Amino acid sequence: MTVEEIIKPENKVYARPELLTKNITHYCPGCGHGVVHRLVAEVIKELGIEEKTVGVAPVGCAVFAYNYIDVDWVEAAHGRAPAIATAISRLYPEDVVFTYQGDGDLAAIGTAETIHAANRGENIVIVFINNAIYGMTGGQMAPTTLLGQKTATTPYGRRADLNGFPIKISDILAQLDGTCYVTRQAVYTPGLVRKTKAALKKAFQNAMAKRGTSIVEVVSNCPSGWKMTPEKANEWLKEHMTEKYPLGDLKDVKE
Amino acid sequence: MAKVQGAVTIDVDRCKGCDLCVVACPTDTLALQPKDVNDRGYHYAYMAHPEACTGCASCATVCPDGCIEVYRVVIK
Repeated sequence: MTVEEIIKPENKVYARPELLTKNITHYCPGCGHGVVHRLVAEVIKELGIEEKTVGVAPVGCAVFAYNYIDVDWVEAAHGRAPAIATAISRLYPEDVVFTYQGDGDLAAIGTAETIHAANRGENIVIVFINNAIYGMTGGQMAPTTLLGQKTATTPYGRRADLNGFPIKISDILAQLDGTCYVTRQAVYTPGLVRKTKAALKKAFQNAMAKRGTSIVEVVSNCPSGWKMTPEKANEWLKEHMTEKYPLGDLKDVKE
Repeated sequence: MAKVQGAVTIDVDRCKGCDLCVVACPTDTLALQPKDVNDRGYHYAYMAHPEACTGCASCATVCPDGCIEVYRVVIK
């Protein structure tokens, strides 16, 4: 069969999700944000909650997330997405509220908001993209930056005595009684992308069932900030990031 | 034995030439254009060996820009 004979609507097995808008993303080539955006769009569509989902966009690379996923959005001040999500989920309890944050937003500027929203057990989903760097501002050190990792502000590598240790914020959140589901996933292979999608689906189902706060951390890459090609960045991620941030469920409360 | 044959379409204008689909492809179907670029100057992906494609959708799964759509037929 020729390619033209195969490319027919009845043979389609994978299509671009309807909830993704036609806008071309501003993300750098190979950035994990694009994959997670697509997964969020797919999950919201599959659960049929696109009319009652409200996203809260962060400050960081994902600041323009509202341009790409066709649901209702609110833009939060830096780090304050969980606080705004709290207000929305309390004022509109029938809505499904999620925040989409990077590591600079969630683990540095918004530490207090994140921890207290999770501790209160707000019925929200927190999608946390951890790429160990401040991507948007030019690759500065974030709290999640690995020891020895070179960034714009740690040109000789991060030192524990000078810069402190990388923070495993999901492990901290997993200890809180308000969280019902805390998981750490990645998106650098097709299999892991499918697992991340399953985790996101579970998190949104938890929010629909009002079980408490769900946190899906996605260990992601930053090819531009790490000064690598996307392929090399994914190899580096696999080798170094997953060692410090091991993948898998940290907490999964049934009922 | 039934044979599975696949094909992909790539939204050339949306592609940023990140090469991740080429790495993910288990059958070496995809490659980046060696010379041609799209409107924004990226060497976009294309099917270099269309006959090898099985429609497994690995490329579309890892594509950060959602520019790949996958088609598959089972030939009995």
